[in-house]
Amino acid sequence: MSSNSAHSEEAHEHPTWSTYKWIALWLTLITVVEVWAYYIPAFVASNYFVPALLIMSAVKFTVVVMYYMHLKYDHALFRKLFVGPLIIAIATFFALMFVFRKMFQ
Amino acid sequence: MATDAAHDAHEHHHYTTTGLDHKKIAIWAFIGSECMLFMSLISTYLIYKGKSVVGPWPHEFWCKATNTAAATAEALAGCPADQIYKPILNIPVTSASTFVLLMSSLAMVLALAAVEMKDQPLPAGAGLGDRMLRSSKLWLWMTAILGATFLGFQAYEFTSFVHEGLTIKTNLFGSSFFTLTGFHGAHVTAGVIWLLTLLAIDYKRGLGPKDALKVDIAALYWHFVDVVWIAIFTLIYLIQ
Amino acid sequence: MATTAAHAAPVASEENTGLWSWLSTVDHKRIGILYLYTALFFLVVGGLEATVMRTQLMKPNLTVVTAEQFNQLFTMHGTTMVFLVIMPLSAAFFNFLIPLQIGARDVAFPRLNAFSYWVYLFGGLFITLPILGWIAPNGGWFGYAPLTTRAYAPGLNIDFWVLGLQILGISSLAAAFNFITTIINMRAPGMTLMRMPMFTWMSFVVQFLVILAFPVITIALVFLQFDRFFGTQFYEIAAGADPLLWQHLFWVFGHPEVYILILPAFGLVSEVLPNFSKKPLFGYNVMVYSGIMIGFLGFGVWAHHMFAVGMGAVADTLFSLTTMLIAIPTGVKIFNWIFTMWGGQIRFASPMKFAIGLIAMFTIGGISGVMHSSPPSDLQQTDTYFVVAHFHYVLFGGAIMGIFSGIYFYFPKMTGRLMDEGLGTLHFWLNFIGLNLTFFPMHFSGMLGMPRRIYTYDAGQGWELFNMMSTMGTYLLVVSTLVFFYNFFKSRVSGQVAGNDPWEAPTLEWSIPSPPPDYNFAQIPVVTSRYPLWDLKHPEKTAGVDHSSASIEEVTGAHAVPMHEETERRTAKELGLPMPFPTIKPLFTALFMVLMIGGMVLKTLTPLSVFVATLITLAALMVGSLYAWLTSPLE
Repeated sequence: MSSNSAHSEEAHEHPTWSTYKWIALWLTLITVVEVWAYYIPAFVASNYFVPALLIMSAVKFTVVVMYYMHLKYDHALFRKLFVGPLIIAIATFFALMFVFRKMFQ
Repeated sequence: MATDAAHDAHEHHHYTTTGLDHKKIAIWAFIGSECMLFMSLISTYLIYKGKSVVGPWPHEFWCKATNTAAATAEALAGCPADQIYKPILNIPVTSASTFVLLMSSLAMVLALAAVEMKDQPLPAGAGLGDRMLRSSKLWLWMTAILGATFLGFQAYEFTSFVHEGLTIKTNLFGSSFFTLTGFHGAHVTAGVIWLLTLLAIDYKRGLGPKDALKVDIAALYWHFVDVVWIAIFTLIYLIQ
Repeated sequence: MATTAAHAAPVASEENTGLWSWLSTVDHKRIGILYLYTALFFLVVGGLEATVMRTQLMKPNLTVVTAEQFNQLFTMHGTTMVFLVIMPLSAAFFNFLIPLQIGARDVAFPRLNAFSYWVYLFGGLFITLPILGWIAPNGGWFGYAPLTTRAYAPGLNIDFWVLGLQILGISSLAAAFNFITTIINMRAPGMTLMRMPMFTWMSFVVQFLVILAFPVITIALVFLQFDRFFGTQFYEIAAGADPLLWQHLFWVFGHPEVYILILPAFGLVSEVLPNFSKKPLFGYNVMVYSGIMIGFLGFGVWAHHMFAVGMGAVADTLFSLTTMLIAIPTGVKIFNWIFTMWGGQIRFASPMKFAIGLIAMFTIGGISGVMHSSPPSDLQQTDTYFVVAHFHYVLFGGAIMGIFSGIYFYFPKMTGRLMDEGLGTLHFWLNFIGLNLTFFPMHFSGMLGMPRRIYTYDAGQGWELFNMMSTMGTYLLVVSTLVFFYNFFKSRVSGQVAGNDPWEAPTLEWSIPSPPPDYNFAQIPVVTSRYPLWDLKHPEKTAGVDHSSASIEEVTGAHAVPMHEETERRTAKELGLPMPFPTIKPLFTALFMVLMIGGMVLKTLTPLSVFVATLITLAALMVGSLYAWLTSPLE
């Protein structure tokens, strides 16, 4: 961030078509599993349903951000600019759920 | 390489501390800010979940005459047929539109890759597939059309909900649902307009490696709108 | 100061005068000056509103204004001072100073910067003008829903407020993205983050608070707007809505907003105190970290504004703890300022007087703030004049004093002339006495049970003396502000000529002419420490103190030259420096956007077709201006 070089490099190793293809396949697969889970009443009624869905959604979220938005390959500054606000947003979300008694109480 | 070409575009620009482009820093700051925007919308939807005093409901059947809800229509025995409202959320349709939006993200990364590679000669014996991967117009059109298809699904969803008795004024569920998904839809709309603008430039003078950054920034916005939908699909549609 | 006689009086070059040049400017310094003048105008408006209120409350049962008018006055006083005065005064300094302090020729997006200003001006007028017809917002600056929904506030009043705040939020957000990019990406070679002047650091933290806090109020306002205009039910209690939703969303924004208001003033006095103590800032690193800490913790304390609503013991305890915690980094700052002065050769010039005033007054406000962090104590004080006393000590004694300090300090850089020292001293003492006379008695009237926002009161409750004192203090503040304005305009014309560096100050902005040429730095300097100008001219001041210094070999930059005092007076064209073209397009984009959002008030006044046609026309004009702006070259 405090580098003085006018040309500190940006993304160097971009992922290729085959990476993109596999990611799209995985995203589709996870979505299929998510929707499938929705139609299994026994699973929906169990305590594992919500955590399982949240984890699957978080994985999709992370994969898109890391590969499609290429944060994995890009300058560390962009990671800070995104992750910092995201942490505050998630923390505020949980705090709001707490004060409105949607969770933890 | 693509990145070298991107640097050529920088040559005539001013000195920057990090060597990064101003606009790319700004778009990431903007995306950070948008996290708080959608956090507020999603929180409100969840805070109001189950707080509506009348139906229709997202996941349950509702009898208007008695104002009671149940998981199945049979459980509402005794309710006149014209008083029964189905669960509003349509998972099959939304699953399809979710898939469409995910695929639009794939098209978007391919558009960016096509723009970055435009100046490289095709390898010997390149087939149709290789040629397609070099066409920025194809993938920009694909992204925009998939985005528009998502919006079409949303328009269908909204109108059918209205027919089923849910408007933005009906209950808290309607207010918070339409506002949240409407905000997301407005973001997709802005993205489609952005993509069409890029296409206009592509037709006018051709997008090349020097424009990679321009496309990259639009792509970051587009993918962000996609990840927001990933969160919405799980939190609003799937979790009951 | 001794060298000033050698400098020529500043003259504006011909192409930089005239109305058109101001309407089309994209120069950060001129935009900063526009912000300054506009915010000072709104300071007068907000001050007059306060004066009318204090006149009404001078004695029991006066009838200077009606209850309804009083509601409008306190709503607009708060809204004006927060959104139209303190934030834009800070923005005046962000604009003027940040590029100068980091060694840049402009901000990252000069035209977006102009857009931010015009949105602020038009939005400010939109929300302010209705008071002339007594149809101004009347629901308090916090606009608690459901009180502000159509059912309880049927008139246009709250429409102006909802839409006005929405507009002002866009201005702040656009500016924040701009300054974040500027600070990250436009620092001169060698200007590492830990060499940045403290004002730039605090501004950096504030921009992040803006981009994270404003989206939340935007959404809360959208809900209210939809409720009022389109019949949604977000704040409809009968429909099952939670009466606390607005309060929570508002204060998730509202508490970071408090730090958005105060941190720039902290930054300004952190420039002034070392300078007039002739020694480096004590504990620079800790000052940076405590600033970041305040910003971060600022998102975790919001519900202390709501102890009285009954959130339950667990929530009360948690928010009470975080509130006490945030006092620590704030206290650290106070002590560091005191240690900065300790052992220094203090010169009590006007900026220094106001800076020390901030330390003293903010400490009083800070301590009464910690009292509120304890729910049992807060329940005694909430909604009384005690709270009014608290936040005026923080915002008037803190933010405004700090900003006055900054105005006296940077006036010579902005205009090329010094402000009058004698009048400055008079202004300070009148201001200091006036503020304490106004706000200290409010602690007592508050503890005696006088509620906030009442338009009158009966005699015999022990409040008469304190109210009379507060009103007299307000009149004194009016006089002191008049002295300030007299000094401001007189010095602008005939003040002592300042030269580059009238205060023998340490940072980059003082190495260039006053007022700076439009390109700021003819040659971008290499920065080798926190106090480059002291290293150059007064090495004794930093001797033996770590100030992150390095040799020039360690910090070489391609297009930069060693630190020097810049005397270049040629134009950008003569020097071959590319500068952004002046353009009117941001102004038009801003104008059509404000008219479009503001045009929502027509919803209840005109037939639907007229309403929709107007909005669509304005939206088309806005998008057209925006495309015209984006497709024209920057420079």
